[in-house]
Amino acid sequence: MLEIKDLVVAVEGKEILHGINMTIRAGETHVLFGPNGSGKTTLLMTIMGFPKYQVKAGTIFLRGVDITRMPVDERARMGIGMSFQRPPVVRGVKTRDMVLASMKDKSNPDLLTSLASRTDLLDFLDRDINYGFSGGEIKRSELMQLLAQRPDLVLLDEPESGVDLENIVLIGRLINELLEKESTMRTRSSMGLIITHTGFILDYVNARNGYIMLDGKIGCMGDPHEILKEIKEKGYEECAKCILGSTPNVC
Amino acid sequence: MSADINSSESRKDKAKAAADKKAIMGEDIDLTKFTRAAEDHPYQKDPSQLASATKSKMLEAGLMLDDPSQRVGTFIQMDNTPIHSSVKEEGVEVMPVSQAMKTYDWLSDYYWKAVAVDTDKYTASVEMGQNDGYFIRTLPGVKTDFPVQACLYLSKAKFAQNVHNIIIAEENSELHIITGCTTSLGNEPGMHLGVSEFYIKKGAKVTFTMIHSWNPEFVVRPRTAAIIDEDGLFLSNYVLMKPVNSIQMNPIARCNGKNATARFNSILVARPGSSMDVGSRVFLNARGARTEIITRAITTGGNIVSRGYIEGNEPEVKGHLECRGLILGSKGSIHAIPELKGNLAGIDLYHEAAIGKIAEEEVEYLMARGLAREEATATIVRGFLRVDIDGLPPMLNTELQNAVKTSENDFM
Repeated sequence: MLEIKDLVVAVEGKEILHGINMTIRAGETHVLFGPNGSGKTTLLMTIMGFPKYQVKAGTIFLRGVDITRMPVDERARMGIGMSFQRPPVVRGVKTRDMVLASMKDKSNPDLLTSLASRTDLLDFLDRDINYGFSGGEIKRSELMQLLAQRPDLVLLDEPESGVDLENIVLIGRLINELLEKESTMRTRSSMGLIITHTGFILDYVNARNGYIMLDGKIGCMGDPHEILKEIKEKGYEECAKCILGSTPNVC
Repeated sequence: MSADINSSESRKDKAKAAADKKAIMGEDIDLTKFTRAAEDHPYQKDPSQLASATKSKMLEAGLMLDDPSQRVGTFIQMDNTPIHSSVKEEGVEVMPVSQAMKTYDWLSDYYWKAVAVDTDKYTASVEMGQNDGYFIRTLPGVKTDFPVQACLYLSKAKFAQNVHNIIIAEENSELHIITGCTTSLGNEPGMHLGVSEFYIKKGAKVTFTMIHSWNPEFVVRPRTAAIIDEDGLFLSNYVLMKPVNSIQMNPIARCNGKNATARFNSILVARPGSSMDVGSRVFLNARGARTEIITRAITTGGNIVSRGYIEGNEPEVKGHLECRGLILGSKGSIHAIPELKGNLAGIDLYHEAAIGKIAEEEVEYLMARGLAREEATATIVRGFLRVDIDGLPPMLNTELQNAVKTSENDFM
């Protein structure tokens, strides 16, 4: 279980998140909506543990362990994995190196090729990671690394952005695999927190909860399909009245 | 060739006149601190019988002596004595340059023709006190799959090794050389002066991988030049990751034939106390000539000057110069000096140089996959130094990785 309590986060001295509360139980996937600049990526980066995102108050617990001050690599080894929206190019470090470094189960010699084949990235293994990759290639590469890493808590930052229609189905299938959608709720252990603008992801995951984030606050917890419908009909401005006006409501 | 230039008397005179001529670059070395005298070493018919410590040092510099199945020829010189030369394939010649001079009258047409004997006091020293060197040649049309290996080895303290190497790839031939220069001296001073002249004829290809493995007291002054004819290719790889006191070299490639190509890759790691002034110069003297000069430089406390110079003298030439430097730790410096000179319209030359530290964003990206900070940094440094080098034996690859790890330990 992931438990976030009263989380306040600042970036370069400026407070971005103003008291976030969220609970994701084993097997659940939650979806985060919100306009650009509302703090969605900041929340994911903070859960992952990047030092630039300073926790000013509040706590983050994973499976009962306080990870609020834990370094990013320890969190990764503890089972948190993230798909980056704009990962850096690392010259000389091959895609193959990244997948092998991420790999949790190092005993299977065929896993690398199998993952590259499933993500349609066989030709990318010997290329410098993210160098000259298209938007869709970056997403698939990120998911390939996560499939190697097999995290319990999957953080996906706009997995559909920059992906063409042909690849969007493949991306959906990979996320589906990552979140063990095919398993029953009882046997599923992986948790997901996904940022999306389009909501396409809802067709591929059993998302339990949706949230709207506005100006660093969370509101409108509820059925993600209903929330998406609401946003499409009324826009974020209407939501703002609800969220910023008083305490968060359940839509 | 004029009789005057070919005359050894004339050469000696020129060398004598340049005996005190300081090099344009690099710290001036007092040659009188070194001796040219060294004991002769016995000839080794089977180099696998050399002492294991010697073989292990040679392996560090790329020489496979126990299993030379992946080599077409071997040359080893210890101090001033060529102790072994052999060749396994027809059409490939490997021998001491002194023997080659006796064998081929025409060799004087190549002797000191790419490098001027009076370049500086170091070339003059090689002429006046030469201790042999190697001659490697492929006959027309002969293509070798495996490299010739050559080793210049120093075992005597305060000895100045003065070698002169001649490499000729005749028309449409292909020659790979892996050469290691190293020493058994732990921390005692020594000096290596090596003149190397390459002649790459029409349609020929030469790859030359040179690995230097010295000690913190060594001074090194190689003087190298290549002349490349039409459609010829010269590919030079240079690796120096071990400590050295002072090295200065600035090899030249003259692309004199149409579509001639010269490529230089250098990997430099300067430890504390090391001073490196390493560059490459390419003259694109014929239509369609091409060059690429790529350097990866890391300092963990030493000083590196990384030079590059490309001059375009004919239309449709292309040149790319790239120097990337990483400063790891609080000391050390990298001074990149990329230079381009275009002498007419219709040429295409560009350069890029970047010096910095490892980007924190990249380290954190790898850490987010579960790598500890040290592992993430090591992976990035290894990637930074990754330049594919033809003919590098697996053990040397391991040695290279170890050198990288040691470099990391210097700053972490």
